[in-house]
Amino acid sequence: MAEPTTIDAGAGPVALRTSPLAHLAERMRAAAVTGARGVALTERPFVTMVNLRVDPGSDAAVRIGKALGAPLPLQCGHTTASGPHTLAWLGPDEWLVLSHADATTVAGELREALAADPGSVVDVSANRTTLELSGPAARQVLEKGCPLDLHPRAFGPGRAVSTTVGPVAVLLWQVDDTPAYRLFPRSSFADYLARWLIDAMTEYRGPDVP
Amino acid sequence: MLLISCPWCGPRDETEYHYGGQAHVPHPESPADLTDEQWAEYVFYRDNPKGPFAERWVHSTGCRRWFNVLRDTATHEVLAVYRLDEPRPELPQAGGNR
Repeated sequence: MAEPTTIDAGAGPVALRTSPLAHLAERMRAAAVTGARGVALTERPFVTMVNLRVDPGSDAAVRIGKALGAPLPLQCGHTTASGPHTLAWLGPDEWLVLSHADATTVAGELREALAADPGSVVDVSANRTTLELSGPAARQVLEKGCPLDLHPRAFGPGRAVSTTVGPVAVLLWQVDDTPAYRLFPRSSFADYLARWLIDAMTEYRGPDVP
Repeated sequence: MLLISCPWCGPRDETEYHYGGQAHVPHPESPADLTDEQWAEYVFYRDNPKGPFAERWVHSTGCRRWFNVLRDTATHEVLAVYRLDEPRPELPQAGGNR
């Protein structure tokens, strides 16, 4: 029997955590394609995510908007951003706050802004992980398995929509017009989605088949 | 493939939704007073019209909200989409209402 692992007393949960796709980092790096049909896949682990539910017409929603520095987006697909925070619309009374700031701090600020009003603020940082798919061929890769119209006339930078890629439910956010997309699958589906994307990227290594 | 317009997210493929059965089936006022037969009617018995049918759908991979769809069961045409707090749109011979 193996010796019980000794844990360094100085290492907190932050030092011990492993991202859901750490085991695929090398595979993702190797799958990158460069050139005119380039596309690359990376994981951006440990992004702070806070699920927020509140009545969008309430004073609490205004207070929360002020606390974050950006108003809550009120329409499907819209995002707003301020400093380290990006707010994505998930539903008519539900948002996902994505942030580079510390999860406890962000959730604490939001909870303070919500005060005693009806609503909820939950730290869901471990619920999903973040995949970034970027490069000239990124849209073509996604179009193999996403029912959404990703053409620039319908979708563009700053849009974030809950949909499916392959069979996996994701929040799909286009960050710029490289194009670069961030996909937020549930952690337990991340392995499958990453392998699905690596497979979908493979053909762009070769020449374009008319 | 059905193209269903979610009241909040707009038109999306059927694969993003889940079906929730017949709409407008009210929970009995006092379930304890029902006979077994009446309870079975409430739990299991549903209309099965050929033509317009009011049914519940949930946008499960989108905004996760429930709403109602008036769909023609013969042609699969989506006749109307409306929120749960909205009344069923009037259509001649629309079924699914009890």
